[in-house]
Amino acid sequence: MTHVTNELEKQILGSVSAASDEAALEAVRVGALGKKGQVSELLKSLGAMSPDERKVSGPLFNTLRDRVTDAIARRKTELQSAALDARLASERIDVTLPARIEPQGTIHPVSQVLDEVTAIFADLGFAVAEGPDIELDDYNFTKLNIPTDHPARQMHDTFYVAKQADGSRHVLRTHTSPVQVRTMLKTKPPIRIVAPGRTYRVDSDATHSPMFHQYEGLAVDEGITLGHLKWVLEEFYKAFFEVPKIELRARPSYFPFTEPSVEWDLRCDRSVPGKIVFGTGNDWLELAGSGTVHPRVLAMCGIDPEKYTGFAFGGGLDRLAMLKYGIPDIRPFFESDLRWLKHYGFPALDVPTLDGGLSR
Amino acid sequence: MKFPLSWLKAPLDTDADVTAIADKLTAIGLEVDGIEDAGARLKDFVVAHVISAEKHPNADKLKLCMVDDGSGAPIQVVCGAPNAHGGMKAVFARPGTVIPVSGEALKIGTIRGLESRGMLCSSRELLLGDDHSGIIELAPDARIGEPAAKALGLNDPVIDVAITPNRGDAASVYGIARDLAAAGLGRLREGDLSPVPGKFASPIATALDFPAGEEHAAPMFAGRLIRGVKNGPSPQWLQDWLKAVGLRPISALVDITNFLSLDRGRPLHVFDAAKIEGNLRARFAADGETLLALDGKTYTLDSGMVVIADDRCARGIGGVMGGEASSCSDATTDVFVESALFDPIRIARAGRILGIVSDARYRFERGVDPEFVLPGLELATKMILKLCGGEPGEVVVAGRVPEWRRQIAFDVRRVKSLGGVDVEKGEIVRILNNLGFEVSGDMKVAPPSWRPDIEGQADLVEEVVRIHGLDKVPSTPMPRSGAVAKATLTPAQRRLRTVRRLLAARGFNETINFTFIPRAHAALFGGGDDARQLENPIAADLDAMRPSLLPSLLAAAARNQARGFNDLMLFEIGAQFQSGQPEAQANVAAGLRIGQGARTWTKSSHPADVYDAKADMLAALEAAMGSAMTAPVKAGAAPWYHPGRSGTLALGPKVLATFGELHPGILAAFDIKGPAAAFEVFLDAIPEPKARSRAAFAPSPYPAVERDFAFVIDAGVTADDVLKAAKSVDRQLIERAEVFDVYEGKGVADGKKSLAIAVRLQPKDKTLTDAEIEAVAAKIVAAVTKATGAALRS
Repeated sequence: MTHVTNELEKQILGSVSAASDEAALEAVRVGALGKKGQVSELLKSLGAMSPDERKVSGPLFNTLRDRVTDAIARRKTELQSAALDARLASERIDVTLPARIEPQGTIHPVSQVLDEVTAIFADLGFAVAEGPDIELDDYNFTKLNIPTDHPARQMHDTFYVAKQADGSRHVLRTHTSPVQVRTMLKTKPPIRIVAPGRTYRVDSDATHSPMFHQYEGLAVDEGITLGHLKWVLEEFYKAFFEVPKIELRARPSYFPFTEPSVEWDLRCDRSVPGKIVFGTGNDWLELAGSGTVHPRVLAMCGIDPEKYTGFAFGGGLDRLAMLKYGIPDIRPFFESDLRWLKHYGFPALDVPTLDGGLSR
Repeated sequence: MKFPLSWLKAPLDTDADVTAIADKLTAIGLEVDGIEDAGARLKDFVVAHVISAEKHPNADKLKLCMVDDGSGAPIQVVCGAPNAHGGMKAVFARPGTVIPVSGEALKIGTIRGLESRGMLCSSRELLLGDDHSGIIELAPDARIGEPAAKALGLNDPVIDVAITPNRGDAASVYGIARDLAAAGLGRLREGDLSPVPGKFASPIATALDFPAGEEHAAPMFAGRLIRGVKNGPSPQWLQDWLKAVGLRPISALVDITNFLSLDRGRPLHVFDAAKIEGNLRARFAADGETLLALDGKTYTLDSGMVVIADDRCARGIGGVMGGEASSCSDATTDVFVESALFDPIRIARAGRILGIVSDARYRFERGVDPEFVLPGLELATKMILKLCGGEPGEVVVAGRVPEWRRQIAFDVRRVKSLGGVDVEKGEIVRILNNLGFEVSGDMKVAPPSWRPDIEGQADLVEEVVRIHGLDKVPSTPMPRSGAVAKATLTPAQRRLRTVRRLLAARGFNETINFTFIPRAHAALFGGGDDARQLENPIAADLDAMRPSLLPSLLAAAARNQARGFNDLMLFEIGAQFQSGQPEAQANVAAGLRIGQGARTWTKSSHPADVYDAKADMLAALEAAMGSAMTAPVKAGAAPWYHPGRSGTLALGPKVLATFGELHPGILAAFDIKGPAAAFEVFLDAIPEPKARSRAAFAPSPYPAVERDFAFVIDAGVTADDVLKAAKSVDRQLIERAEVFDVYEGKGVADGKKSLAIAVRLQPKDKTLTDAEIEAVAAKIVAAVTKATGAALRS
């Protein structure tokens, strides 16, 4: 019997190897293992055998079946693999063709810097306060201790909106300071706010835009002094410019709504043209105006100047963006030139955070 | 305010150098804008003696010079200057010296075969002037080897100080010296202010002629006639000082007034008495009155301006500028000196309206020392007598010094509570005294006459702190309310930030545009009315507050298209203005897509259309709300949209957003190449998200079933009508119903369209049987048919 099974095995395995595709292989399988297949017929013949014969032939036939089954399975895998290879080869295309175009959006540098500034001040406990662009003359000037005859009120400095039906005449706010007034009028101390926003002045040249952005800080509480102001500004600029140390210089100055008034300069190195490094060097960069809130301003805003003191400071948001990101000119900020927006803009997902860092 | 160092050192006895002085000035609030120090700039240039200057053996126009710069052996220098000659003293640059005009260091060179070890310099090479016709020839007595700047008289640096508007007292060299002395940088010399006795009664009287209640326009007018003067050029020192600060020396009489204006902050005016008719008085100008002023221009005055007039006509614009007709000349023999006080506000107004910038106006509008009217007149008298001779008349005075004395009760603890710095009481008193304040034992402080800006304790704190030193204020941490900082943004602020980043993530470029736009543009978007106009726009076409953000974006898009960028996605988040009243503004996120879509081999882009804008709008709304937008869209929006391709999304009466393709008329008005689709999301109208807790996650264990239906309906039936009808069949069972195909054309009758929807059934409590599914499907067909007249497409 061994001879018979060996011959049969040889014949079937030859056919398996010769099968050139899965259909031919299936025909071989049916011929061997199908209902009427050669191996199946042999297995069926076991039933008519005596126990002794079966003892000899059984293992032989079963082994044959297993070998044939394995061989077909192996060949099937080979054929599938070859077919897949052929398909993959036929599917080859030019992957150097450009990808599907997806528009690349950008965040305006002012918005990005605004998010940076609010992130830092949030950590210092300063909430964001807002006010309207069209502002009451009273809030923009009078309650900030700017007298009626002050030059800042003139038409050559301040935009005036046409007289309204009710006889009122308003201004485009010349600074974010009226937000201080609005905040103090409706909030009791302690107050800690930062107020960013659009501001307007009748001024247009290489370094001025008639619309620009300011940020304004205000803290009012018992026991607030210039020392706190200094600390807040030091911490803020250090965090904003992402440098390990900074050096601020205080200069006495004058603003009608603060007394004493202080301007702050930041030590910097401008020895390499077009580049500014903060914290070292022999140059000073004017950054912010500030001071202790004028007692008259507190009183006009309903806060007892005998009990409370406060500080206020302010600077240009556009200017911060220019300094930090090396943008040379303010006017293109508002010209919406696509090339500029893409060049200086930020990816949508670059959200400034204190844990991840404000900028990349 | 500019002055040379030597001028400052007249009233200030100090050894401090210019750097120390400049640092101190900035530290006490008199910010130094710049120091022009030619001496420092030219410190490497020295005086040299040209021993000989022979013709260069190899060049006709060059000379071979031997130069002694005091350092040792004579130096060989090749020089091309025609005026180089033996025996002259010249300005010499040694090798390595940086030459100002080129900014480069001088090298040892070989010129026509001969070595040259330095350079003899021209004015232009030193940036001292334009002269390049020859080298500078110094005075014969210039000392060899010493700095050339000294020999050139350039060793007097000029300091430029920015004076804040409250510090009229510092608009004078003396006032600056007073501040420096108080800050410990020297001793102040007060000068001789004693009166000069008049030798004769004044033939010219002064008078104040103002209506009752307006006397403050000019509270005091003093003057003095000096007879027999001899006018002419002023002495060299005075001319040098005036030139150093940019003034042109005119004549001794005029230069004296300019000097005292700058030196003491006391503006004066000199009249040629021979040209005055009768007496002088200060009065309001008549409307339309004209005057030829000293600058050669004729000004038309109004009744708000003060003039100094004689019996005939106005002779000067009070406190601003004198008149040409009565001015002093070299022929002047009798001079009348005016010293007066004017109302700062009227001076500022007159100067502004007339466009005159003068040293007098600068000082009067900041406030001059009211007590210095007469001392200033005496100083002028003494200078005139000294420089021009003559005989002084008696001083005539109209009006008086207005009351300025006041006292402030000073609680010295305020220095610490406002300034944050500890200053001892003795030091506080010393600082105030040095600044001219009188301090009583119980700390009643009386400011001096020259400090009208001092009103209360905070001002005193500022004086103390600025002189004591702002750098001594210690940086003081503010208390934290907790170890971990709390969130500070309001929901509205957060929403705005989310929408901004969402739109950028969708591919939009954020813009920030002016909120004032051309009135014609505003009118196209429901604005352009009088109430939203600016009275004084920066440009004629930036005169209207924008009623919508879209005109800003469209104008920006047109500019970009002009540069060749036709496919654009721009957005802005900002205010639109409903009126000219404060707070009548709304925060809007608006976006604009323009163009055919990028040209790409993948054919994956398409022209901007209403469905893009709808998707943008919905994405923005959903980002703002933090949840899906379920309110339906209604067809139609504002008139700047295409009437048949636009929509509005509202919650009750509140419009949350509008979107659509833009009206062709709008595109034409902005010269935009379309197509263009836009959206406006009204951020302030979006309801604040409620604090929500999510329901427990409980997916149904039973299989969902999806069934498709194709209906043929009238072309005018909306997708919303079909979906609404389908969903109404069983709101529990139908999880969603969506359109997946719309077809009009062959196979569908004219005026009809085929709309295919997929309905997903999700049972919650059992598996649906075929019969149940068929029953629901039949109900859906019936409902849609009933609601819309649809027929199931076979």
